[in-house]
Amino acid sequence: MTDEPRFEHPPEERAPSYLAESHSLRSWFFTTDHKRIALLYLVSITLFFLIGAGAAALIRLDLLTPQGDLLTNDGYNRAFSIHGIIMVWFFLIPSIPNVLGNFLVPIMIGTRDLAFPRLNLLSWYIYILSGLLTLYVVVSGGVDTGWTFYTPLSSVYANGAVVATIVAVFISGFSTILTGLNFIVTIHKLRAPGMTWSRLPLFIWSHYAVSIIFVLATPVLAITLLLVAAERLIGIGVFDPRLGGDPLLFQHLFWFYSHPAVYIMVLPALGVVSELITAAAHKRIFGYWFVAFASIAIAVIGFMVWGHHMFVSGQSVFASAVFSFLSIAVAVPSAIKVYNWTATLYKADVAIDAPLLFALGFIGLFVAGGLTGLMLAMLAIDVHVTDTYFVVAHFHYIMVGGSVTAFFGGLHFWWPKMTGRLYNETLGRIAAILILVGFNITFFPQFLLGYQGMPRRYHVYPPEFQVLHVISSLGAALLAVGYAMPAFYLLWSLLPGGRRAPANPWGASGLEWTTSSPPPKHNFIAQPVVVRQPYDYPLAHPASRDDG
Amino acid sequence: MAEGGVQEPFARAARQREAERLGMLIFLASEVMLFGGIFAAALALRLEHPAGYVDAAHHLKLWLGTANTGVLLTSSLCAALAVQAARNGQARWAACALWGAVALGTVFLAIKGVEYAGEYREGLMPGMATTHFEGRTQQLFMNLYFIGTGLHAVHVTFGLALLAAAALNRGARQDRHAMLIGNVALYWHLVDVIWVFLYPTLYLAGVR
Amino acid sequence: MSGAVRLLLVWAALMALLALTVGAAFLPIGMAKPWVAYAIATAKAILILWFFMEMRRESGLARLAAIAGFVWLAILIMLTATDYLTRRWIM
Repeated sequence: MTDEPRFEHPPEERAPSYLAESHSLRSWFFTTDHKRIALLYLVSITLFFLIGAGAAALIRLDLLTPQGDLLTNDGYNRAFSIHGIIMVWFFLIPSIPNVLGNFLVPIMIGTRDLAFPRLNLLSWYIYILSGLLTLYVVVSGGVDTGWTFYTPLSSVYANGAVVATIVAVFISGFSTILTGLNFIVTIHKLRAPGMTWSRLPLFIWSHYAVSIIFVLATPVLAITLLLVAAERLIGIGVFDPRLGGDPLLFQHLFWFYSHPAVYIMVLPALGVVSELITAAAHKRIFGYWFVAFASIAIAVIGFMVWGHHMFVSGQSVFASAVFSFLSIAVAVPSAIKVYNWTATLYKADVAIDAPLLFALGFIGLFVAGGLTGLMLAMLAIDVHVTDTYFVVAHFHYIMVGGSVTAFFGGLHFWWPKMTGRLYNETLGRIAAILILVGFNITFFPQFLLGYQGMPRRYHVYPPEFQVLHVISSLGAALLAVGYAMPAFYLLWSLLPGGRRAPANPWGASGLEWTTSSPPPKHNFIAQPVVVRQPYDYPLAHPASRDDG
Repeated sequence: MAEGGVQEPFARAARQREAERLGMLIFLASEVMLFGGIFAAALALRLEHPAGYVDAAHHLKLWLGTANTGVLLTSSLCAALAVQAARNGQARWAACALWGAVALGTVFLAIKGVEYAGEYREGLMPGMATTHFEGRTQQLFMNLYFIGTGLHAVHVTFGLALLAAAALNRGARQDRHAMLIGNVALYWHLVDVIWVFLYPTLYLAGVR
Repeated sequence: MSGAVRLLLVWAALMALLALTVGAAFLPIGMAKPWVAYAIATAKAILILWFFMEMRRESGLARLAAIAGFVWLAILIMLTATDYLTRRWIM
């Protein structure tokens, strides 16, 4: 084949970009263009991130003093519940899949749109509907169940807007299911000619894996929450020991969803990091098939480990042992990915740009979160640190240190593609380092606190814990600055006169870099035909690594 | 470049058909998991209270449940016949078979209604003034029964609406129409499969 | 065999299985009763999937999608049962 469209740089004049195509409000709110829907999601999840971060700020401020001088007991409960619910369902779960995934999945596989464009728009509207309901919950006084809705607290004793919250999360589930369905069908049925499974970018593999979880786990959460609502409204008793029901059944069903939900948050991040690492190293990924199938393995084994959340709940010891073994097993594919990224970087001529700094930060934090996860998977240690800050620190290392860092890395990496503008690289590097440092100062002391016995969800604590709590709160302030910085310089790049991005500012491989920045409405001028392996460095045509 | 009836982003009708069918099957997988929560709850209840579960299930109307299973299986047959007729271009036959499926689905809901009415009279419907259960396990079982069959009935109602819409839709091009009927029928068959498992879980468990 | 006849035969088989499962429920087979009932339900579901939902004509991918929900449900059921069945073990 003579022409290789993947390195073609179509002149930007040939087709208007998807942003320039129309400017009316209607063209945004009734768009079926996956790229515009991705931006709709970006704006909405940023809003929810601000609310969730506000709740986190309240928590960290309150914890500055051992007596909890800022919030009442109830107010503290509501602050961490809102923080968890919003961050999990309205920021983290939609963050990478619905923003970066929505934007990139069709472009990376060389097609015009997702398989069901109207369904894609519908899933954004469903998300907004559930989000509005959550906002109602926030302004009407909140909810105090924690994000886990454990029964009988949620079904009998909690006195906030529990049912409204449950309905909001229930509705948001449909949005996720539809997104997952759309991704799976798109990846199967709309790949460009020549885009075989062995040529798929790893970002696509991880989004395929996460879609499986979307589709198969989310409905279980839906029915579980339905049962809790029914329990609360009419007392059906399935989770109520007074009727002979079993509160542990709630935990089984909830964690059958919510443990895979952790992989919902981290799998797309793993895909993002694979892209960032290879682009910075300008090398083929080490062990492509291992990284690809590790994603699938995580998705499948991730369904069989939920019982490790219930080691001290009264679950049978035999079941705990089984779940403990399976939980340790799921670390294997995660470790494979880390080794392969490291091997990819080995002896590479690495470009130290902001995306790589985010990716390296991700690897460090993900390893710390993963290794403490192994500790928690072991029965004996888990019994000691259950429901302490050790657990809090562990999952923040994975979900914030991992997923959010990868989300920021991906946002920086693909920002030129999404907007056609280049951001200030120096500020990007500073933000990446600030976030890494701020994150560790915030959450590393929490490992120590937890190991010494500081329980989670308490805001009054013995004075000897105060030093570590104050360090943690100061780190949170630093982290907040780190997270706020990109908002400014990224938006700044959009102002008139901002530097225009070339089609391939990073000299990266991948179909998305062969089209203009930002891409035209149908992504490509001509249907791309793929003739090469993924990450086929060095690029056949010299990279256009001019900084605008 | 696009054939008639093909929508963005597809270029070929055959590919779009495959994609729509795959989309429906994936949606059905998520439906299976939705009912999975009910089945897991029934399992937990049965393992915790083996004898009480059987006693409670004994109060259900086995013969109405059995009749309903037959009705729903036959309705599924009608839907399958409709798919075949539509594919062979026999639009009239397809419509007839679809209306047959709708009629049988309505009979299913009617029988279900009779059952619910009977349970209301016997004081087995939760939350009513006349409710009197023999014990906690029976109360728990009946609650689960109403949640499970109620959720199923919602799906039946939704399926009936889809079947009726497919039967009324004659405007679409013939192959699109056959495709639509095919996907609606898939949904209807799955509603049937779920009932096939609800039947032993709730009704047959009560035979002593 | 014409398609309609095949479907009618499948329907007859489903009805026979329904009769069988009701009959089996009244047999004095004790602990085996739920196993028999669920085995027959599974047989019915396979018939519906294979013939009514036309999995016999489908690609491997479609079959995989159709079966995935049941496989994952089996994971949920089996591991949940692992807990309930072994709670009374003394360890």
